[in-house]
Amino acid sequence: MSKFLEVRNLNVSFPTEDGMVRASNGVTYSVGLGETLAIVGESGSGKSVSNLAVMGLHNPTRTEISGEAILNLKSGSVDVISADTETVRKLRGKEMAMIFQDPMSALHPFFSIGDQIAEAWHLYNKGSKADGKNKALEMLELVGIPDAAKRINDFPHQFSGGMRQRAMIAMALVNNPSLLIADEPTTALDVTVQSQILSLLKELQIKFNMAIILITHDLGVVAEFADRICVMYGGRIVEDGTVEDIFYQPKHPYTLGLLNSVPRITAGTSHRLKAIPGQPPSLINLPKGCSFAPRCEYTSKVAGGKCSTEVPTLDVKNAGHLSRCFLSTESLNNLVKDKA
Amino acid sequence: MLKYVSRRILYTTILLLIVSLSIFYIFDLIPMDPARLICSKQCTPALVEANRHRLGLDVSVIEQWWRFIVGLFAGRTFGEDGIGQFCSAPALGYSFPRHECVTTIVANAFPFTLSLAVGAFIMWISVGVSLGVLSARKKGKFADRAASVFVLVGTSLPTFISGILILLFIVLKFNLVNPLELGDWHNPFTEPIGWLNTFFFPCATLALAYAATYTRFTRSNVIETSSEDYIRTARAKGLTERVILRKHTLRAALAPIVTIAGLDFAGLLGGAVITEGIFGLNGLGKLSIKAVTQTYDLPIIVATTLIASTLVLVANLLVDITYAFIDPRVRAE
Repeated sequence: MSKFLEVRNLNVSFPTEDGMVRASNGVTYSVGLGETLAIVGESGSGKSVSNLAVMGLHNPTRTEISGEAILNLKSGSVDVISADTETVRKLRGKEMAMIFQDPMSALHPFFSIGDQIAEAWHLYNKGSKADGKNKALEMLELVGIPDAAKRINDFPHQFSGGMRQRAMIAMALVNNPSLLIADEPTTALDVTVQSQILSLLKELQIKFNMAIILITHDLGVVAEFADRICVMYGGRIVEDGTVEDIFYQPKHPYTLGLLNSVPRITAGTSHRLKAIPGQPPSLINLPKGCSFAPRCEYTSKVAGGKCSTEVPTLDVKNAGHLSRCFLSTESLNNLVKDKA
Repeated sequence: MLKYVSRRILYTTILLLIVSLSIFYIFDLIPMDPARLICSKQCTPALVEANRHRLGLDVSVIEQWWRFIVGLFAGRTFGEDGIGQFCSAPALGYSFPRHECVTTIVANAFPFTLSLAVGAFIMWISVGVSLGVLSARKKGKFADRAASVFVLVGTSLPTFISGILILLFIVLKFNLVNPLELGDWHNPFTEPIGWLNTFFFPCATLALAYAATYTRFTRSNVIETSSEDYIRTARAKGLTERVILRKHTLRAALAPIVTIAGLDFAGLLGGAVITEGIFGLNGLGKLSIKAVTQTYDLPIIVATTLIASTLVLVANLLVDITYAFIDPRVRAE
């Protein structure tokens, strides 16, 4: 069965004076209705860039995009990468919506919250101004804005950070889209507000049977929220699996490193966090082989120094669990055990 | 909002009082004595003193200033008691060289200056903003490059060059305006053609320099606003590029232009000295230059200086109030 969104072999590059910035290289992922896919990676790993390409939000004159991103709509399938801009525009807001990291800068400072939500509704619905306002009010109540009838005429600067993100969610969902891309939706928020926003998203996902792509660098957020996880590094997906797969049987040294750098409440106070040494690769000059090789502690264990000459493929290591590493599951497990 | 406006009006009034007092002090310091200037060849100290009394310069600066302020509201008699000249409120002074109330002189000059300022303002805003938006949308393409040539020419040609070039090589060469009618006053409402005849080219001269600056300013503001997150949000909603530009981008990009446009306009209302001079328009600019360089007509200088500074302050106030309507974040405070 095909999923709602299927991204296949997506490449996004930006030509610059210094050379081609390859922000996303052969990225493949999919997400079904009612499902949550988390895309995890550090800044510059290509997670936002890939999803902005799905939304068609890159400037076409400054971006080179190839590959496929197929939306399986009720009315048929559309490849949003090859479709013309007008077709994709009509899908934005209606079939796929996006919320962003900083809701303060993502909301227009000169228009009231209610107007901004109503504007999105009017785009795909016929109705009077009053209808639009009622719809905006309904959405604000749905996302849990207290005293929504009074706050509807407020401007973004009069809202708190969490409420702004709620308003963004209300605006994104006003036309009942099937796919919501949430680009680090909680990064700019307080920890307590973060969990409120995430549970709101979960609640709305069930209500609307939406596919959600959650872009984040926070593994803690992912664990309780996602069904599947894609780990990205240097513009490539390096590991792809269920939450259990990724957290309990990571099969890529980068994922291992990420997990080691997260504090655990059970680890005790004497346990020091382990950072991954080195810097993320330049996207202009990606390493010839595995992009993680320069920072990987296991490269010497791979026969023939393949890590620095050949790009490993994203192989199935277990049912539904893929990893981009030359090491077999057993040898990686043994190496980790030896170290511990 | 009401509190904000009334507080601003109060500040503006206080500032105006300070500015006017400073002007009186500055003219007191200038080493030139109007009482001696209007004295005949057989000048005696007694005559100078008499003149000084007649001109109202024999009292302290504060007293002169206070008489001026009172005259503004109540009208004032200038000169000796009995044979003095009465000017009704608002009395800005009396010009002895011209034997006329300054208010009348200014009122005759102001329509020229106002016409010039309004005409130029309309031209430079429409040309500057639309060229700016165009070149922002076509960044790096032909239209953008053509616009930047215009910007370069406009900003590097001073008005005294561009004005003379326009006058000699366009207006007079092609006989567009009869040189004898240059600078004639026509009422814009009853004789629009005559008014255009007088004011089109002076306005264009003045607008050229401003339009160039505004093109540049609009262009960079639109480009900057286009990369804001909320424009990406507007696009993510599925809005068309047209709506994004007209509603979301321009609203934010043009807000700061309101500020400088208001101030530039007010500055012009004080008189455009060079343009008025080239095209023979008897506006405030020409009036003050003449008063400073030829007749040393102190009351006129005081009046035109005060009018210019008042207009700038009032424009500042209006701009701030307008801005509060445009940007809700300003309103909140």
